[in-house]
Amino acid sequence: MTTTAIDAGSRVDEDTAGEQLFNELIAQDSRIEPRDWMPADYRKALTRQISQHAHSEIIGMQPEANWITRAPSLKRKAVLMAKVQDEAGHGLYLYSAAETLGTPRDKMTEDLIAGKARYSSIFNYPVRTWADIGAIGWLVDGAAICNQVPLCRASYGPYGRAMVRVCKEESFHQRQGFEILLELANGTPEQRAMAQDAVNRWYAPSLMMFGPPDEDSPNSQKSMEWKIKRFSNDELRSRFVGMMVEQVKVLGLELPDAEIRYNDETGRWEHGPLDWNEFKEVLAGRGPCNAQRMERRREAHEDGAWVREAAAAYAEKQAAKYAQAA
Amino acid sequence: MTGGSTTGDDGAKAPSSGPQEPREAWPLWEVFVRSSRGLSHVHAGSLHAPDAQMAVRNARDLYTRRNEGVSLWVVPATSIVTSDPDAKDQFFESPQGKDYRHATYYTKSEGVKHL
Amino acid sequence: MSEANASATRITPGNALRPEDIALLETKPADAVAQYALWLGDDALILAQRLGWWISRAPELEEDVALGNIALDQIGHARSFLTYAGRAWDKTEDDLAYFRREPEFRSVHLVEQPNGDFARTIARQFVVALYQWELYSRLVDSSDPTLAAIAAKAVKEVDYHRDHSIQWTLRLAQGTDESRRRMIAGLKLTWPYVEELFTDHPLVNELGDIAVRPSSLRSSFDEAVKLVLDEADLELPDVPGAIGGGRQGLHSEHLGYILAELQVLAREYPGASW
Repeated sequence: MTTTAIDAGSRVDEDTAGEQLFNELIAQDSRIEPRDWMPADYRKALTRQISQHAHSEIIGMQPEANWITRAPSLKRKAVLMAKVQDEAGHGLYLYSAAETLGTPRDKMTEDLIAGKARYSSIFNYPVRTWADIGAIGWLVDGAAICNQVPLCRASYGPYGRAMVRVCKEESFHQRQGFEILLELANGTPEQRAMAQDAVNRWYAPSLMMFGPPDEDSPNSQKSMEWKIKRFSNDELRSRFVGMMVEQVKVLGLELPDAEIRYNDETGRWEHGPLDWNEFKEVLAGRGPCNAQRMERRREAHEDGAWVREAAAAYAEKQAAKYAQAA
Repeated sequence: MTGGSTTGDDGAKAPSSGPQEPREAWPLWEVFVRSSRGLSHVHAGSLHAPDAQMAVRNARDLYTRRNEGVSLWVVPATSIVTSDPDAKDQFFESPQGKDYRHATYYTKSEGVKHL
Repeated sequence: MSEANASATRITPGNALRPEDIALLETKPADAVAQYALWLGDDALILAQRLGWWISRAPELEEDVALGNIALDQIGHARSFLTYAGRAWDKTEDDLAYFRREPEFRSVHLVEQPNGDFARTIARQFVVALYQWELYSRLVDSSDPTLAAIAAKAVKEVDYHRDHSIQWTLRLAQGTDESRRRMIAGLKLTWPYVEELFTDHPLVNELGDIAVRPSSLRSSFDEAVKLVLDEADLELPDVPGAIGGGRQGLHSEHLGYILAELQVLAREYPGASW
C-alpha cells in the first residue's frame, strides 16, 4: 500500500466520522459551527442562502435610500436614515456569517455585480410615493421578519447568531412603516389614497417574498431536513397573511385580496392567486428596476475601489514603518 | 476547506481567498464588546477594515449603534488561535466524569446553611 | 411635576437633549437668539442632507454605516437647534426646514458644496468637523442654557466626526498616488469656503456671551488644521477665500437644488402631517 493510499483511507474515515457527528448534531437540534465537518452540499446551500440574504439587505437599501433626501419631516428623515443604515449593518453581519463558510466578502460582491448572484426580487419594484416607504416597512419588513425569526434557530451557528442580531434591530423597522401608513390613513383624503395605493402595490410582491409554493420549491425539502429552514414557504406565507389581515384593520385600509379566509380544516390562512409568472420575470431580470439597482451597486463598488486601495496601501506603509522602527 | 472567521466563538483562520487577492481587499477583524462595566468583552461579530485604527472605529459604528457597549476590542481574525475541532475528544473529554469538581456532587451536606 | 418642570430638569449640559424635550420648553428665545440657532441648525441640516446621499453609495459597507452615523448626528443637532429657534415664532422644526425659502436659510456655503468624490466629501468633513468642534466646545459656556445643553451633546458627537475625517485625510493623503491627488484636489475645492466660517456678523455683537464670536475660533482651528496637514504631508491650499453671505441669506447656487429636493414632498401637501 502506498502512502497516498493510506492518506486517502484515513480521510475517508475522517469524513465518515465527521458525517456521523454532523448527523447527530442535526438530529439533536444542536448547532454546526464553522470548523466542523459538514457535507459539501450543506456548505453550498448555506453559502447561497446567506449571501443572497446579505445581497438583499444591501440592494434593499437603495429603494429606501432614494427617499432619504425627500422625507417629508425631519423626524421621518432621521428614522429612514437609521433604517437604511441598519440594513447596511445587517448585510455586514450576514456577509460575515457567509465568510465563515470560506467565501470572502469580495468574492460575493463580485458575484453580485457580475449578475451571478440573486437577491430578493421585491427590491426591483420602484418606490413611487412616500406611502411606499410605509408599505415597505409594514409589508416587506413584516414578511422578512416572519421569515427571519425561525432562522434565528437555523442549524448553522453563525447564521443563527447573525439573525438574532438582525431580528432584534429590525423590530423598529416594521413599526416605523406601520406608523407612516397610520399617519397617512388618518391624514387628508389624498394621503389616505396614497396609502391604499401603496398597500395595493406591495401586498402581492410581499407575499411572494416567501418563495414559490411548496410544491415548486425543490430546495426547501433539503433545507428543512438540515434544519436551516424550520417552516415551509406556504406555512410562513399563511402565517403572514393572518397577521396582516388583523393589522390592516387598525390602519383602516384594505388588503387588495377578496379571497383571504381562514381555513378551519387546515388551520391556515388562505389568499387569492399570486402571479408567479411576474415573479419569475422579475427574478429573471425583467423587473422595472433590476438594471438600475445593479448599476448603482456596481458604481458604488467601482467608485470606491481607489479609496479601499488607498487605505490598504496606507496600512501597508504604516506597518512597514513600525517594523523598521522596531 | 474549513476556516474563516466566525460570527461565532469558534475561532478563526482568515478565509483563504487565493494568491490573486486584489490589493483593495481589507482584512477581517473580530469584534468584542463590553456591554457594561463589570462584564467581560463578548464576541459580537466581525468586520473588514484596512488597519487596527479603522477597525476599532468601524466596530464602534457597526456594533454600538444602540448603546450596546462601553468598551471594544478588535483582533485580526488571523491572530486568533483555536483548538483543533478534530481534537475535541482529547481536549474536552477529560472533565467528563469528574463530577466532584461541582458543588452538586456533595449531596450529604445538602440543607446545611451557609455551606 | 408639570411638563415645564420636567423639561427644565432635562435641560442641563450633558443631558441627552432631544428635540422633543426642547419643544416642551416654556421659555421662548429672543429673536436674536433664535436667529443664531438658525445659523447652527441650518448648517447641520444642509450637511446632513448632503451626507445622507452617501448611504448606499459609500466606498465600503463599513463606511456606509460610518457616514450614516455622522449624518444622523447632524440631523439630530439640526432638529434641536431648529426646534429651539422655532419656539421664538411658534413654528416647528418642520415649518422651518420645509417652508422657508432660500433667502431665509442661514447656512454657510461650505455645507452646501457638492459631495464630489469621497476625497472631496472628506475634505469638507474635515473643515466642518474641526470648525464645529471648536464652536461647540465654546458654546457649552453660553449663557443661554438651551444652546449650552445642545452644544454639550453635540460636541461629543462632533469630536468623533473630527476623528473620522482626520483618519481618512491621513489615509487618502498617504495612500496611493491617486488618492493623494484626489485629496489635494478635494481640499483645494473646499478651501475657498473656510473664510466665511470665521467672519463676524452684527448678530453676534448683539448676543454677547450667548453666542460664540466666529473670528475667535480661527487661530485654534488653524492650529488644528496645521497639525493634521503636517502629519499628512499636505500643504495648506493656496486659494483665495470666497465671498460668503450665507448668514445673510445669500447662498451658493447649490442650495436651491438642495432645498428643491428636501422640500418637494412637504410642499406638495401643505398642511399635511406625516
